[in-house]
Amino acid sequence: MAEPRKVIPIAAAPAGGTVSMYTSEATIHARSVHGWFAAWRWALVWGTQIVFYGLPWLSWNGRPAMLFDLGARRFYIFNLVLYPQDFIYLTGLLILSAYGLFLFTAVAGRLWCGYACPQTVYTEIFMWVEHHFEGDRQARIKLDKSGWSLNKLWRRGGKHVVWIAIGLWTGFTFVGYFTPIRTLGAEVLSLGLGPWETFWVLFYGFATYGNAGFMREQVCKYMCPYARFQSAMFDHDTLIISYDEKRGEQRGARARTADKAALGLGDCVDCTLCVQVCPTGIDIRQGLQYECIGCAACIDVCNTVMDKLEYPRGLIRYATQRSLVEGGAALTVKRVLRPRVLIYGAVLVLIAGGFTASLALRAPLRVDVVRDRGSLARIVDEGRIENVYRLQVMNNTEVTQRYRFAVSGIPGAQVLARSDTRLAPAESRWVPVAVQVPPEQAQALGPGAHKLVFQVTREADADNLAVSVNEKSTFVVPR
Amino acid sequence: MSDFFNSGWSVFIAAVTILGLVGCLALLFGASRRKVMSATDNTTGHVWDGDLVELNNPLPRWWMMLFIITVVFGAIYLALYPGLGARAGTLQWSSTGEHQADVAAARAQIAPLYARFNALAPEALAKDAQAMALGERLFVNNCAQCHGSNARGSKGFPNLTDNDWLWGGAPERIMETIREGRNGNMPPMAAAVGTSEEVRNVANYVLSLSDSPHNSVAAQLGRPKFVVCAACHGMDGKGNPALGSANLTDKVWLHGWGEDAIVRMVNEGKHNVMPAHKDRLSEDQIRVLGTYVWSLSQPGSLTAQR
Repeated sequence: MAEPRKVIPIAAAPAGGTVSMYTSEATIHARSVHGWFAAWRWALVWGTQIVFYGLPWLSWNGRPAMLFDLGARRFYIFNLVLYPQDFIYLTGLLILSAYGLFLFTAVAGRLWCGYACPQTVYTEIFMWVEHHFEGDRQARIKLDKSGWSLNKLWRRGGKHVVWIAIGLWTGFTFVGYFTPIRTLGAEVLSLGLGPWETFWVLFYGFATYGNAGFMREQVCKYMCPYARFQSAMFDHDTLIISYDEKRGEQRGARARTADKAALGLGDCVDCTLCVQVCPTGIDIRQGLQYECIGCAACIDVCNTVMDKLEYPRGLIRYATQRSLVEGGAALTVKRVLRPRVLIYGAVLVLIAGGFTASLALRAPLRVDVVRDRGSLARIVDEGRIENVYRLQVMNNTEVTQRYRFAVSGIPGAQVLARSDTRLAPAESRWVPVAVQVPPEQAQALGPGAHKLVFQVTREADADNLAVSVNEKSTFVVPR
Repeated sequence: MSDFFNSGWSVFIAAVTILGLVGCLALLFGASRRKVMSATDNTTGHVWDGDLVELNNPLPRWWMMLFIITVVFGAIYLALYPGLGARAGTLQWSSTGEHQADVAAARAQIAPLYARFNALAPEALAKDAQAMALGERLFVNNCAQCHGSNARGSKGFPNLTDNDWLWGGAPERIMETIREGRNGNMPPMAAAVGTSEEVRNVANYVLSLSDSPHNSVAAQLGRPKFVVCAACHGMDGKGNPALGSANLTDKVWLHGWGEDAIVRMVNEGKHNVMPAHKDRLSEDQIRVLGTYVWSLSQPGSLTAQR
């Protein structure tokens, strides 16, 4: 049975003619909204921003808990000391984020966009400020149209001052992840901010001010790549914010006491509140549109109208395309546990498991072996064959470590190194070592390269057990 | 310095760059004034496969402003920095200049660290773990290319751990070697020594000085001819650190061991250079590095770990 052809209604354009290749977008004055989903959004605003603004101030082991020291190439995350060599963890984190996004989007649409995306979160904060200075939608439209007056000046000016303050504080916090924020604060107070710190505080601050204050839905509509490819993850069982056309039409105004059946009307009273609250300025009653960021403001506001009319809630609701056509509940176990969701979920669990295990099993030191570039091999006292190596030893912890070097793979091979190699916390160093093989053993091996394994042991101390790391290399016997 | 063969190319590149910028601006200006046809239903009016239509969603005007900003940015950049042909830009910026500024900044930053070391005599400095860690880092970055990571050298590149010094092994001498470099020069001596037979005899005499395997008859015959060599290496063949002439009585053979190798040295001579590092390293760094190198030849610097 062929599915009914999907019809995407398109707003009628003004009568045909010529149009400019560029368009000036009208400012959207979204009406403020309260309700269940708006409360969720505010919860996420608080949650994400307490973490973002708070984390740089948190101390750990006598240093910031989260510090990306670009100059020293060390990245401190609570107990972890990461090196640029640990970049793979960032890749892991990005893959986790991507699969998380895929999973949530497949199940419930653009949840990220509607609730947790920084663009949404900061726009929410900025709109809250705007609301306090300039009032709600109608007042703002009026203010926009009015000429300049003292009243307009202080309302506009006050809004911008607070916006800029939030932007600067955001930029300051952002740079606080790269320079210890207390040091940064002292630098700001003594006007001793470095040129790059100044640039990034201002740039990030300006980006926050511009994106959350002015660009708003333009970012989602024209700049954001996720906004466009998330719709590729939708299917008939994905929750999307939908207007129940069957129930709503024929839309029209009616008296509160009127019998809608007698008037031939559906539940939609055509109050246009859903359009007024929309931060991207669309009419959700025209169906799924790419501009819809899934913020559910229209659901909240429509529910208040339904409550007043004593109609059941959910004329606009989270629904799947299938449930709208076939009726029934939007989310059923059978519909949620479809292959797409199961595969995204399985991959996510797998990568999360691997990521956690890898971090948990990470050795307290890391070793890279590089053969000396100066000489391949040399014959030293008593005909012994000597090869020289550089071991890059990296201390992954914040305590001083002592090391012992050994080799295996060639019987009788002996390591020569400076006695007492110690590395300070989070230090990395090139340690030159020589490996010598007795002549009779070299003869038995014959000329050429032979496998050799370095074993670098972090010696036990009061608090830690000894840990060894093995690293492969070769030993060359000359002709 | 210009990267162009002649000024014509420089002018050509500059002209193409400016033309490109002006062209971009003209295109943006033209496009912003152009009107296109649009059907009543906000489509371009094209239909494919019966129902595929092309929506006409124009680009927002602020996006076009971004293009203009990039052009303005490009113009400002070209005025300030090198880019217009061979023009250096008003800031006179160069990568060499930036590198030098970075090096100067880094030196200023590490100067306080080294100040503590300057108060210590080399013997005491060699016992300072922080100084020696710095010395090791300097050695690995600057010396290991020739002398090897563990400083034991290879053919032509002296071993620095064996207490056999061509130019003297006191810490100050080592620092001088690093600072000024050394120019070891042994001229071809075949003409002064005589026939190839006589050269071979001298070679055997040289081998006899270190008790290396040699032909004792030939060595006896070569002995008188060693006078020619003694000018630099001394009558006893122990060399002279002031000249950088090698000690021939030990078993260290920097340029090869055996009769053939010595014959070749006498016939062809040898010119061996250690480059000066005073432009590369600061005086403070040279002091720490020299002490580190000196410490390598002190007893107990290396230990077998297994």
